[in-house]
Amino acid sequence: MTAGTNTITSNGKLIWALPSKGRLMEQCSAALAQAGLVVVRSGPARGYKGAIEGLPGVEINFVSSGEIAQFLKGGAAHLGVTGEDLIRESMEDADARVRFVRPLGFGHADVVVAVPDCWLDVRRMADLEEMSLSYRRVHGRRVRVATKYMNLTRHFFSLKGVTGYRIVESLGATEGTPAAGLAELIVDITTTGATLKANGLRILDDGLILRSEANLVASKAAPWTPELVVLERQIVARFTG
Amino acid sequence: MSPAATSANVDTLEAQAQRLMDLFTRAGYERIAPAVIQPAGLFLDVVGEALRARTYVFTDPDGAELCLRPDLTVPTCRLHLERHARGDTPARYCYSGSAFRYQPASADRAHPREFRQAGIESFATQDREQDDAAVCALVVAALRDAGLGRFGLRIGDLGLFNELINALDMPERWRRRLKHQFWRPDAFRAELNRLTSGTAGTAPNLPRALIERLDPADPAAAEALVMEHLEQAGLELVGTRTLAEIAERLLGEAADMRATPLPRDTAALIENYVAVKSPAREAAARIASIMRACNVDITAGLDAFQRRLDLIAKAGVDLAGAEFSAEFGRNLEYYTGFVFEVIAPALGPKSPVAGGGRYDDLLADAGAPVEVPAVGASIHTERLLAVLQGAAP
Repeated sequence: MTAGTNTITSNGKLIWALPSKGRLMEQCSAALAQAGLVVVRSGPARGYKGAIEGLPGVEINFVSSGEIAQFLKGGAAHLGVTGEDLIRESMEDADARVRFVRPLGFGHADVVVAVPDCWLDVRRMADLEEMSLSYRRVHGRRVRVATKYMNLTRHFFSLKGVTGYRIVESLGATEGTPAAGLAELIVDITTTGATLKANGLRILDDGLILRSEANLVASKAAPWTPELVVLERQIVARFTG
Repeated sequence: MSPAATSANVDTLEAQAQRLMDLFTRAGYERIAPAVIQPAGLFLDVVGEALRARTYVFTDPDGAELCLRPDLTVPTCRLHLERHARGDTPARYCYSGSAFRYQPASADRAHPREFRQAGIESFATQDREQDDAAVCALVVAALRDAGLGRFGLRIGDLGLFNELINALDMPERWRRRLKHQFWRPDAFRAELNRLTSGTAGTAPNLPRALIERLDPADPAAAEALVMEHLEQAGLELVGTRTLAEIAERLLGEAADMRATPLPRDTAALIENYVAVKSPAREAAARIASIMRACNVDITAGLDAFQRRLDLIAKAGVDLAGAEFSAEFGRNLEYYTGFVFEVIAPALGPKSPVAGGGRYDDLLADAGAPVEVPAVGASIHTERLLAVLQGAAP
């Protein structure tokens, strides 16, 4: 977290934060390679720094995907590659702090509101609000929403006028929480919907919060010099071919 | 920057708080110091998740969700329940301490993220109007004692709205919805519209064919039909909601579908009431005439309103400039009855120097096994000082 708020007195280079591991890293490498950008890891034991062949003004920082948003928010990186969901979850005023340069065509995931499919009386967010009233009357507590997207959930529910719920933070296996009795419904990412279905869950008809994919994102807080702006254009040009 | 930022102001603020506390304790209120760090759960239950947007909520090393208290009312309720588990032992408390609210970077100095409240809370007193009046009058007296000369008083009464809805002819579930949506003016208007236009019971995408087969008079049969529907669709019951709960909501839809729409006159009456704004002394007569025209009787509530007003005046508060607004209190979700705010002209209505009201559900929400009458109010001490020093806004 602290890394994101450091003001980097960079060596005048364009700092580009890329995912350091997992599927997102693999897909990111592939996308960069396709754009003709060859990333070379440098430093001791292929550490967390790198460079791009032919673009000496760029320094790559490999960061866990969740932290890339923090880097961009604080201006510790000029550019980053991460999911729009992670950006929007970690800053309420995302559009004031970062610029979504372009979607990269991988890391597709929908952030959705899903309820038990047996809830025949709940198809839309408005039904959820009504149902939460009777739920509280019967159970003596608010209906619980399990999610790791606490901010996205709060915003979306408020936008839809849904107020009668409590969030239960869930950092893994969220789709199992309703069956386990730990929550009544969930907000989670899904790609095919198969996992939801296997857990007896259904996406609400108007329950799509965000259609997310990996994006090239620019920080508005980073120290942009005219040289770095040119450099960014060169990088973007590679993607547009 | 809060006025307390200089040492001279720290002393002035301390002296002001001491004077307020002296006055409260002389009036029979016991001075308490509730904990600054509070379990977040109770606040989240009472206020809802919107709390997170304006409160410092955090997790401690043990994983417990805590918050910096956004006010001292809920902490005072918790402290009272630690002493008296049933909560219904009469008690009067006063406090002076910091409260914390998240403010966006653009917030002005009348909305600091840390501010000091001096307040009073009175629990389990049976004569509600008398107690409402006593709390309001004591806060006004304290402000005067501190040196506040010119101020306005805004009052409201959420109990009148509830009594009106209860007095109107409509299904109980419609009443519940309207009371619930009262807090959100847009949703409230939409709900009224839905009930009058005959579109209640036409929520999109629900299993219409199933709903049409359900008989509101026969819940047991309805449950069986819903079960049959689930089995045919290959759906298992997942989670904590029971078949009976699902069936009950579908039965509500079935009943709505067959119900006569809410008469437009009734909706108009509700809207006319909500729109009432008048000098406090004229409010009861004005509301009574609106009700009389529609043959609706909320005399009990209006009598209580008038009695409370008389008691406030008798306690020495000048009501000549006091304003009543039926809508006032709409943004303060835990209040249940009388509400009031004291406005200093220099700060305006968006930054009241004091405010409070009745919140009869809060102690039960906090764990009391019975409903406990409760009323309280607090003074925003930095705002008060700013006004007194002529530093506002």
